[in-house]
Amino acid sequence: MTVDGSTVLVTGASGMLGGAVARALVAGGAQVRTFQRRPARVDGARDVLGSVTDPVATARAVAGCDAVVHLAARVDITGPEDEFRRVNVEGTRHLLAAARAAGAGRFVHVSSPSVAHVGGSLVGAPATAAEPALARGPYARTKAAGELLALETDTAAMRVVVVRPHLVWGPGDTQLIGRVVARARAGRLPVLGSGAPLIDTTYVDNAADALVAALTAPDAACGQAYVVTNGEPRPVLELLRAICVASGAPAPRVHVPGGLARALGAGLDAVWARFPLAGEPPLTRFVAEQLSTAHWFDQRRTREALRWSPRVSLDEGFARLAAAS
Amino acid sequence: MRSPVGLRLPASLPPGGLPGLDPAWSRLVDVPGSGTWHVLDNHDALPGEPVGTILCVHGNPTWSYLWRRLVAAGGRADRPWRVVAVDQLGMGFSERDGRARRLEDRVAELGALTKELGLAGPVVTAGHDWGGVVSLGWAVEHRDVLAGVVLLNTAVHLPPGDRAPAVLRPAMVPGVRTASTVTTTAFLDTTLALAHPPLTPEVRAAFRSPYRTSGRRQAIGDFVADIPATADHPSRPALDRVATAVTTLDVPALLLWGARDPVFSDRFLDDLAARLPHADVHRSPRAGHLVGEDEDLGGGVLRWLDVRVPGDPADRPEGRAAATGEPWVPLGAALADRQDDGGPALVELRGSGTRTIPWSLLATRVDELARGLATLGVRPGDRVAVLVPPGGDLTAVLYACVRLGAVVVVADAGLGVRGLSRAVRSARPAAVVGVERALVAARVLGWSSTLVAAGPLHRSARRALGVVATLPEVADLGRVAAADLPVPGPDDDAAVLFTSGSTGPAKGAVYSQRGLSAMRDAVGRAYGVGPGSPFVAAFAPFALLGPALGATTASPDMDVTAPRTLTARALADAVRAIDGRVVFASPAALAGVLATQDDLPVDGRAALGEVTTFLSAGAPVPERLLAQAAALLPNAELHTPYGMTEMLPVTDVDLAGIRAAGPGDGVCVGHPVAGADVRVSPLDADGRATGAPTTEPGVVGEVLVAGPHRKVRYDRLWLTEQASSRDPGRHRTGDVGHLDAHGRLWVGGRLEHVVVTAEGVVTPVGVERQVDEVRGVARSAAVGVGPRGTQQLVVVVEPEARVRGVVADDELAAAVRAAVAPRRVAAVLVASRLPTDVRHNSKIDRAAVAVWADAVLAGRRARL
Repeated sequence: MTVDGSTVLVTGASGMLGGAVARALVAGGAQVRTFQRRPARVDGARDVLGSVTDPVATARAVAGCDAVVHLAARVDITGPEDEFRRVNVEGTRHLLAAARAAGAGRFVHVSSPSVAHVGGSLVGAPATAAEPALARGPYARTKAAGELLALETDTAAMRVVVVRPHLVWGPGDTQLIGRVVARARAGRLPVLGSGAPLIDTTYVDNAADALVAALTAPDAACGQAYVVTNGEPRPVLELLRAICVASGAPAPRVHVPGGLARALGAGLDAVWARFPLAGEPPLTRFVAEQLSTAHWFDQRRTREALRWSPRVSLDEGFARLAAAS
Repeated sequence: MRSPVGLRLPASLPPGGLPGLDPAWSRLVDVPGSGTWHVLDNHDALPGEPVGTILCVHGNPTWSYLWRRLVAAGGRADRPWRVVAVDQLGMGFSERDGRARRLEDRVAELGALTKELGLAGPVVTAGHDWGGVVSLGWAVEHRDVLAGVVLLNTAVHLPPGDRAPAVLRPAMVPGVRTASTVTTTAFLDTTLALAHPPLTPEVRAAFRSPYRTSGRRQAIGDFVADIPATADHPSRPALDRVATAVTTLDVPALLLWGARDPVFSDRFLDDLAARLPHADVHRSPRAGHLVGEDEDLGGGVLRWLDVRVPGDPADRPEGRAAATGEPWVPLGAALADRQDDGGPALVELRGSGTRTIPWSLLATRVDELARGLATLGVRPGDRVAVLVPPGGDLTAVLYACVRLGAVVVVADAGLGVRGLSRAVRSARPAAVVGVERALVAARVLGWSSTLVAAGPLHRSARRALGVVATLPEVADLGRVAAADLPVPGPDDDAAVLFTSGSTGPAKGAVYSQRGLSAMRDAVGRAYGVGPGSPFVAAFAPFALLGPALGATTASPDMDVTAPRTLTARALADAVRAIDGRVVFASPAALAGVLATQDDLPVDGRAALGEVTTFLSAGAPVPERLLAQAAALLPNAELHTPYGMTEMLPVTDVDLAGIRAAGPGDGVCVGHPVAGADVRVSPLDADGRATGAPTTEPGVVGEVLVAGPHRKVRYDRLWLTEQASSRDPGRHRTGDVGHLDAHGRLWVGGRLEHVVVTAEGVVTPVGVERQVDEVRGVARSAAVGVGPRGTQQLVVVVEPEARVRGVVADDELAAAVRAAVAPRRVAAVLVASRLPTDVRHNSKIDRAAVAVWADAVLAGRRARL
């Protein structure tokens, strides 16, 4: 089965991964519509502007679509939980309803491994169920609730697949790469603890491929969540160094003990929560924990069910990153 | 002693959530006249008609929870077993009626319960601790349905007047008893602390759960009080009745024993083994009193049941080699043939002197010692531990024992005193022949009561140790012994050789007479030694084979316990003394020779130039060392064999062969020697060796070896033996490797060290050899982290330079990844010193490295 000739709506296409998915679908012969607040400007795709928080605009965007890839989300690390909920839960609810009403046959919901992560190290972890009550931080909690909504909607008429890409990066990435590079340039990129914990990441083109694969995955694979990564975990220190080298930023030098960093992060979280300062705290507890514990996943089930495997290796990805900067 | 009527408490069901316990197994059974029992019973969960029932009786102070793994295992799909595990009345969650019970009460009550349950045959009883006695009491009274007995660390015989086991003694003093067993949880806690490794807190809590209050512990005290430690104890007659009746049991029996038990020590095992001579024995050196916790109770018992029940009780225990009918030449035949030969058999170079022992003298000495040992009461089949340094005495004693049909027990002093003692004791020698130091250990550690001294011994030491004779005295006895010695049969046991213990406690490999002869023939054929081709033995085991091969054997001047003391000059002197062409040595001895070659006089260099075969055995030899040896021994083929205590040699390769093989995945150990057959059992996706044995090139699997010079079995390790001989006639080595298109074997490491990634199985040695070639790397270890099946390959490097941090720098990481491509390496870590295992100073302890890597890569602190 291919996407050739079908009409697919991609939400959140102004982001790096959303754009990559839209381009991959255009290349695969699909009629692609992109839906987000800012123009996505994907060649060969039709931009529809609007927010998933607006039911009318959402219904208009999805009308006549055979399938939906839903990436639009509020992804910040901190902020008031209500704002996350409005987009990540209610927005998802609107879109699911509109897609079903429009007769779409496949709905690929993009989620995050953090929806099932309640702290500690993940070592070759499977994709366990989303835990809205236990997930860490407003983003993860609201994405968890959104994911459960999506899975509940899975029916024979509209099959739902949830894909959780982990730490997607690539040229033009403002989230992971952008933050790391900005901090490194400011001399504020610490290495927490030994720098040894293994972290799995996903090169953007591989994540896009996986989402396209989810659109055509067999029905038996639907109604479930899959973590998607490159399947190449590396020590976090090695990853940070590679990102800095590829982006021409100075390598991290300051070492901070992991426990101290988590404590510091928790303190800064509290300060930012009480005093709404501009931007993000320099180190959140969430980030400190992410960087001082292992996060890597068992990819066997994902690759078998989605009939997908990554085309771009980590090393190739870093080479492309370097070429782009 | 009867305690006053105590607290009455009804039976109840165990609380939920106890680890490993399915609440569906629990039921309460009311038996009119005795009380209400709590039992575990998997009957309703069985997938089909069971083969029979296993009736399990716990001891004191445990409960049926002890059997949970067996209850679970019994419910397997194929050939299921019903398992009924009872809580004895007053114990566990059964009723407390306040009455103190005696052994005969307990046996009778168990009978009433099984009647109430309508238990029909076949029934196999299983008992632990004092539950063993109760289960045997039931067994001897239900012979019509009895199909087998399983006993875990128990006893049926307490010699009257004998002191009770030391740890029990305080609990048996009446005043102390109540305090330690009932008022407090001291006795309970002491028992639960006997597990190896320690119980998890959750399992410990589960064991304690029925005994939370002193009222619930009353029966623990009563049980201890019912131990018939004295001749006039009220339960003594009942115990003696059971002990006697047990000797009449002819059903299959399994003695599953934890050797590290301060309560039921080896003498109780030996007593039971004597009462049940047909019993299969699995004596686990690492397990303790709670052997059911320490060992795979469920899998082990079911495997035994599959083999033995229903089965022919007349089967010999542990299995013997099927008589092959092959012609057999006894080990000492060549020696016996040369009784009148005045030529040199052994040439020992010591300092400036040379001691030559002619064939005639050696043959006579062996004959005299054999007869003398027989006169001292050593019978064919008796075990004789020999702790004598290599040399003429050792050679003579070993050939004498083999001639007599006694079973020589040999363990390497490298095991250390504890390891050596553990090994020797497990073999239960009838006699020990040793030098003074060994005899002291034998007496102090209770290895045997018949001690024979080799070498000088002061009269006072002799008296103190109770030595029965010295070797010259044994020979004297033999000279006057008239009767002819019977000739042992080819399939009689001849030797117990202990493994080096590098992979857990040393195991005793039992060889038959035929097996030893086959080892002689394999070595003779592989290296061209025999009558007329004298050799130099700088590696003791080969010196022992010389007389069997009919070859003159020279021992160079060296400290045999420290092979590196061999000098080039000493080796050359030995070569010249016998005009030898063949040299057997070890890697350490070879290193010693190479280090001292500058001191070699011209004629010494010429002598070494005559050597045509140089064999280095005992550990893998680095190619670098072999290449240096080639320069010193220009006309010699440099061989290194592959093999293990269970079969040696298996394969052989020479330097030219190693070079011809080139690099590959692992170490090329060459072609099988004549008579040896090598296959691999392919690994499945989980890294388990489940495939049918094959010789297909390139298939990676566990190395299986077969040949006439293979061990017959492991000694008193029934379960280990079953696992290692799963494929009839073959020994599973625990090594992984593959055969190549030329039929050469490549060894890639140990089975337990394979890394099971999502892309397939990676064997460590091939990776390490490639990494070791990277500049700046001194040594390396390849290990896996994460769950089996999706493990990540991690390389830990010991760099030549100083180490900073844990994560390798980008340059080293890139070089390592390039070296092992296309295999993918998740992390390259650095460590200032990789741990090596205690036995082989060169082998890296991959298990320890893996534990460390797993921790640091998960973000935990850890030290290597």
